[in-house]
Amino acid sequence: MTATGIGAPVRRKEDFRFITGKGRYVDDINRPGQAYAYFLRSPHAHATINKIDTSAALKEPGVVAILTGDDVAADKVGGLICGWMIHNKDGSPMKGGAHPALAHGKVRYVGDHVAVVIAETLAQARDASEKIEVDYGVLPAAASIESARKAGAAAIHDVAPDNQVYDWHIGDKAAADAAFAQAKHVTKLDIVNNRLVPNPMEPRAAVGDYDMGSDSFTLYTTSQNPHVARLVLSAFIGIAPENKLRVIAPDVGGGFGSKIFIYAEETICVWAAKKVGRPVKWTSDRTEAFLSDAHGRDHVTHAEMALGDNGKILGLRVKTRANMGAYLSTFASSVPTYLYAPLLSGQYNIPAIYAEVEAVYTNTAPVDAYRGAGRPEATFVIERLAEVAARELHMDPAEFRRRNFVTQFPHQTPVIMAYDAGDYDASLTLAQKMHDTAGFLARKAASAANGKLRGIGYSAYIEACGIAPSAAVGSLGAGVGLWESAEVRVNPVGTVEILTGSHSHGQGHETTFAQLVSSRLGIPLENVSIVHGDTDKVQMGMGTYGSRSGAVGMSAIVKALDKIEAKAKKVAAHVLEAAEGDIEFKDGKFTVKGTDKSADFGTVALNAYIAHKFNGQELEPGLKESAFWDPTNFTFPAGVHICELEIDPATGVIKIDRWTAVDDFGNVINPMIVEGQVHGGIAQGVGQALLEGAVYDESGQLLTASFMDYTMPRADDLPSYNVGMTVTPCPSNPLGIKGCGEAGAIASPPAVINAITNALGHENITMPATPEKVWRAAQSAVRKQAAE
Amino acid sequence: MAMTMTGEVDLPASRAVVWEKLNDPAVLKDCIPGCESLERQGDGFVATAKVKVGPVAATFKGNVALLDLDPPNGYRIEGSGEGGIAGFAKGGAVVKLQEIDPANTRLVYNVEAQVGGKIAQLGARLIDGVAKKMADQFFESFAQAVKSAAPAAAAAAVASAAPAQARPLPQLRAVTINFPPGWESGG
Repeated sequence: MTATGIGAPVRRKEDFRFITGKGRYVDDINRPGQAYAYFLRSPHAHATINKIDTSAALKEPGVVAILTGDDVAADKVGGLICGWMIHNKDGSPMKGGAHPALAHGKVRYVGDHVAVVIAETLAQARDASEKIEVDYGVLPAAASIESARKAGAAAIHDVAPDNQVYDWHIGDKAAADAAFAQAKHVTKLDIVNNRLVPNPMEPRAAVGDYDMGSDSFTLYTTSQNPHVARLVLSAFIGIAPENKLRVIAPDVGGGFGSKIFIYAEETICVWAAKKVGRPVKWTSDRTEAFLSDAHGRDHVTHAEMALGDNGKILGLRVKTRANMGAYLSTFASSVPTYLYAPLLSGQYNIPAIYAEVEAVYTNTAPVDAYRGAGRPEATFVIERLAEVAARELHMDPAEFRRRNFVTQFPHQTPVIMAYDAGDYDASLTLAQKMHDTAGFLARKAASAANGKLRGIGYSAYIEACGIAPSAAVGSLGAGVGLWESAEVRVNPVGTVEILTGSHSHGQGHETTFAQLVSSRLGIPLENVSIVHGDTDKVQMGMGTYGSRSGAVGMSAIVKALDKIEAKAKKVAAHVLEAAEGDIEFKDGKFTVKGTDKSADFGTVALNAYIAHKFNGQELEPGLKESAFWDPTNFTFPAGVHICELEIDPATGVIKIDRWTAVDDFGNVINPMIVEGQVHGGIAQGVGQALLEGAVYDESGQLLTASFMDYTMPRADDLPSYNVGMTVTPCPSNPLGIKGCGEAGAIASPPAVINAITNALGHENITMPATPEKVWRAAQSAVRKQAAE
Repeated sequence: MAMTMTGEVDLPASRAVVWEKLNDPAVLKDCIPGCESLERQGDGFVATAKVKVGPVAATFKGNVALLDLDPPNGYRIEGSGEGGIAGFAKGGAVVKLQEIDPANTRLVYNVEAQVGGKIAQLGARLIDGVAKKMADQFFESFAQAVKSAAPAAAAAAVASAAPAQARPLPQLRAVTINFPPGWESGG
């Protein structure tokens, strides 16, 4: 390992510009003649739009145009899409309601887009929007799954009269029922996975620009996958053919999934740019983000685990209802199905699993992938069940898990996944040692002496990243492939540009991708530039989500680097006047086997371009290669997190005292960045477990629409983490990488709730475990403790 | 979001006077905090009022209808207003007048309202305070209005008070504001 190569904790190259305020985000981009968009949003959760009168608003100063759903329909702008088809139990397709970019005839959630005002300044646009008169016919709203599925509930979409999007299942019901019939014990749990608002630091933004001369569009947008945005805007929404539409996602300040999706706002900005003949800019304010960014989670689940002798898990039955919100967002349908249920086997050998998922429309913001996307929900189900089962069987929860761990690989679960590599016992053992679990009882006694309740909770998570072979996801209903592309451009002086279809919005690709190239080509880190986020520069790509950039994006780079090396060896053979088969490449040097003749990488690169030493008809000049990498399997990061916390029964306040995370991410490129990802993920998971929760009232009003009412985790809510790693290299990609971006958020919520319920001595607490809830629960725990 | 507010206030005037004032657009306009216009239209009124809830300020335009008229015992008042990008408010109040004595009337009100949009998003935690303050302001002004219309009662009230000190008006007896369950503990 070199100081900047694979495995080195290199400081992030991009951080200098970020921490000195030199990043260039969408809101920093201003085009000549730019006008500003303000979206008039529905204050009603469910209403017909009887009439929109814009006549007074149009007379306001600075107004350029006011556009409504009628204009969108007249221009035949296509609706927003959901790109993953799910089929019902009976084989029929899911019921996807139309999703026009501006509401047409009806609004379906508070924040739905009613009209856009385009004006010289944002203030003028906002002021003019006050003068738009909308005649709403208010309809009964259903803000929860129960109210939406109640008999007689108003239909949110005509295509789904009972508000059911789909009724899906996976696994073998008969086998699961047979397992339960044999069970010695059955553990049952009712679980709510609370609804979350993603809250990236940078809110969404878009600038649409139209060039009349070339009849082409440019969209600057806060996207995790600009090529997917271009594909959707082009092929489905119909803004322009791909060759006339350039999408640029420059520096993006966090996404967590919420910037995967193609939203109404960027669609409108790019469409309106041509319509009004001006560049159109929109930047979300924070409350707009709460209202209209796709939310995460929101599952209600009943789960049962069948147990045999010696704590062996025999089977699992899971019934989940998922709140999809008012429209199906871009990948929404896949989250509670294929990204969720196939992970219900956890790290365990479970012979029979059957899961049913019902997805429901409600009058709330659309729900889609959010850091972990389905896998946190699955992990919460299986890890809560495992902990409660161990308690009911009076077994040590670590020992219970150990007895059920998958130990032979590959392992085919009953729900699609074929785990390829792992050593779950190694992670658990290391985590217990690092945590000093043996000292827990002494620490608990010390807490009790101080009037505090101490608890410990485990979470042995597994997730699936990458995401998968394109053909496999295609067979499951995905509308796209999930490969990645890379292009390696070696310049004549030996510097290198890597063009990647991955997109960095906090992950540090400029550093880790450069480390890979530096290692492989033996050139300094600063000689490598990473180019991403521009469809005119990078030909095609699938973007960044699902912890895929390392496992899939870097694998594509490796494949392209293989081609570079092969080509460079041909050039080197001419430079060194030797046979191609005798050329070796190591540490940035081409050598002739058995001689002291050598040429460095820069010399070979220069010769590739000047092309003096070889026949240009036999060997093409230049040194540039590209590759597409399609994974052969999901990757399976796994690990064990242990949360230990102390509850003050007088106040209900929880202090997380120690947190140990031992993760197996396969091979690691930059351990410092990986550790940072673990830290951030745990913070988000602790946020879900203790603090965060989007609350709609029964009329569909969002009551948590700002940081006044929606609690984000802060530094003083979190401990210093104890982070360790075990490594089983991933066999399905050349670097042996599994992915680390989501693990912390997946692992941590059940660890927290298991620790709280351990401390309290009963299982009845829902996320977020706010001080009020914990205080109420702690009062009975204290009484129980006193009685003992 | 739904809210309810109940309260009662003692007014120094006869039921007949209070009833008359409760039906007088000019009096209501003067008494409703922020009210810019209130005009009779059919059985009800059209009104505009400026309201500020925390960071959200808006001019609400709407219709108010008086229903279940039962002079001089009370009525039901219902209305809805749109506040542009601030959102909307709708709801009603049942108002009952009880005679304490010929010169004093107890007004009992029971409000049920729904607010939506930005007011609910940003002002939810502030609405109870704003609603209570607006009710206080309304009844303070309204008591003044009925007092000036009922000189005998007012004179009696003044006579019973310390000479240099006007009797505090009105005497707001109780206000209770209820939010839907789950809100405060919703987290």
